[in-house]
Amino acid sequence: MDWDAPAIVLDARPFGEGDVIATVMTEEHGAHRGLARGGQSRAQAALWQPGNLVQVRWVGRLADQLGAFSAELVHPAAALVLDEPLALAMLTAACAVAEGALPEREAHPRIFDGLLHLLARLPQGAALMAAQIRWEADLLADLGYGLDLSRCAVTGATTGLAWVSPKTGCAVSEEGAGLWKARLFRLPALLLGDDDGTPADWRDGLRLTGHFLARDVFGLQHKPLPQARQALYDRIANLAETDSDA
Amino acid sequence: MGGPEIERLIGLLAKLPGFGPRSARRAALRLLQQPESRMLPLAVAMAEAARAVKSCSLCGNLDSADPCSICSDPHRDRSLICVVEGVGDLWALERAHVHRGLYHVLGGTLSALAGTGPDDLNVPSLLARVHEGGVSEVILALGATVDGATTTHWLTEKLKPLGVTVSRVGQGVPMGGALDVLDDGTLAAALRARRPF
Repeated sequence: MDWDAPAIVLDARPFGEGDVIATVMTEEHGAHRGLARGGQSRAQAALWQPGNLVQVRWVGRLADQLGAFSAELVHPAAALVLDEPLALAMLTAACAVAEGALPEREAHPRIFDGLLHLLARLPQGAALMAAQIRWEADLLADLGYGLDLSRCAVTGATTGLAWVSPKTGCAVSEEGAGLWKARLFRLPALLLGDDDGTPADWRDGLRLTGHFLARDVFGLQHKPLPQARQALYDRIANLAETDSDA
Repeated sequence: MGGPEIERLIGLLAKLPGFGPRSARRAALRLLQQPESRMLPLAVAMAEAARAVKSCSLCGNLDSADPCSICSDPHRDRSLICVVEGVGDLWALERAHVHRGLYHVLGGTLSALAGTGPDDLNVPSLLARVHEGGVSEVILALGATVDGATTTHWLTEKLKPLGVTVSRVGQGVPMGGALDVLDDGTLAAALRARRPF
């Protein structure tokens, strides 16, 4: 058995002295693990960095075996953001969320496509935060835990949506929220359109998607939200605080 | 093959870096063929090292003295601390004779994917050393990997408010490296790190 496809490196863990067990994501095969022989070597270490786009070949005797990867670098997304703290935090958060959330060997072409576009433009940093939050919302939807932001769960209104219920993931309008505002998540406009948003919007967006990722995706696996995702939220929350002070 | 002692010896040797069962058998055979000249001195040296060598309480280096010979060397520049991931990196820098300051061994890097957090690293003692004063520059000599860069940014944010200069080792074209064989990432890093000549 073998296949050859463009893939995004999500994770590479040392295995033995010189190999790594890599998790990559492809359009057709979803998140897929494999042994990369010599993955820790000087020649290959730069290739198996999270976020890199590679052309990968998987070979296994049987379809359900771990199999072995060989790969060639296509786009060094990781190397391009090493100097940018925010872009690097976005890259590690996206890869950690995809690695932890996606079931193995199940195709999620929309998520692959979204992550690919995100990683390709990652040096833009903060300008892509809205896109990353929308990608997380798409990931939730693809896994069956989508937010319903089409209308207010209380009044049925399709305009003036400003809040989201932490229980149902349904939007609530300003009018419908009433006295329960304190218990609801703020719905940033960037999740309703193509708005780029402000640092405060990014913080609210990450809090919103983070809650449902933690509860519905990682919680069901008895795992916490990845540390990298939490680190991204902390960084954006600090940015929002600085922004509001200014 | 030749008794449980030999099997045990081969089994233990095979766990060492660079050894597999085959090379462990070869090494065990060589040791057993010359026990007086090779095996017993090795056993004594290993026992002595295991007893005497410990982690330096200041920098985390391995040495039989605490503080280690580098930390207690009066000729070292005490205003410079080079932060490395592991003792192997410290040894590499010492081999090259390129750093005459002190070191600090972190004991790893932050790894979101592997779940290594700040609490798992030797960071409080680094901050305490800088707090004590006398340190003007901290050089972050961590790997050019996602984890290394994440740790570098995190440490920079912790160290900058303490009033020290924070620098990091350069990245780019290695000695003897031709541009056409370098990977795209290294080339991008080299171009970004260009400086007036």
